[in-house]
Amino acid sequence: MWLYEKKLQYPVKVSTCNPMLAKFLVEQYGGADGELAAALRYLNQRYTIPDKVIGLLTDIGTEEFAHLEMIATMIYKLTKDATPEQMKQAGLDAHYANHDSALFYHNAAGVPWTASYIAAKGDPIADLYEDIAAEEKARATYQWIINMSDDPDLNDGLRYLREREIIHSQRFREAVEILKDEQGKKRIF
Amino acid sequence: MSTHRRVWYPYASPFDPCPPITAKTYSTPPNLFLGFQPPNLEQFTPMQALRTGTLWKVFYDPWYSPYEAPRDGDHI
Repeated sequence: MWLYEKKLQYPVKVSTCNPMLAKFLVEQYGGADGELAAALRYLNQRYTIPDKVIGLLTDIGTEEFAHLEMIATMIYKLTKDATPEQMKQAGLDAHYANHDSALFYHNAAGVPWTASYIAAKGDPIADLYEDIAAEEKARATYQWIINMSDDPDLNDGLRYLREREIIHSQRFREAVEILKDEQGKKRIF
Repeated sequence: MSTHRRVWYPYASPFDPCPPITAKTYSTPPNLFLGFQPPNLEQFTPMQALRTGTLWKVFYDPWYSPYEAPRDGDHI
């Protein structure tokens, strides 16, 4: 069960009308390494992972939905008042033809989201290594979007999201260490 | 430049069609180096932590576009 808090994890501010940025940001919305894929990957893998790390996957999977919400807010703000002409100039003409300014789960190239982006191998180490790789790929995606964005307020939010990817990767790496730990070994802190 | 950036120098041919970028950088964030987080690391204040996205100073490694002018308060 989830409890919903009606606010964003980090405030989203967009300072310039630039629908082109929405085209890039949608990669993190419905792309292979986006927040939707991340949330669904972790919240599905957690059923068959050793119980010591279930909570971690639940927590991070939940946070990914909070990130998804932030990305959605960014895309919505960037496109909500764009005219069809502006959508065309931003390269969002194909999107507009199908969706108007509605959001949709596809990547920056318009390929719709698919469950084949995520995996659940059932092997704890294989699954956690996939999760680490997913976090590093999401971190890199944020870097490339920041490099293309000239909106300082938007970049502020993207930097926050990128930092969270670093922390998530760290926690998944620690989960691997927990599972590697010799069983029955006495731990002294 | 952040200590978490690494640099490499790709080969540039005399016949490259575009002006070659002689040095390329990539990010090696702090999570690669720490293993299991040791106890008693230095923390940000709660307000700083909410802004940066981490409580732990050692994990803070912000990314700035090379084309972006830094603003006041960007670096903590």
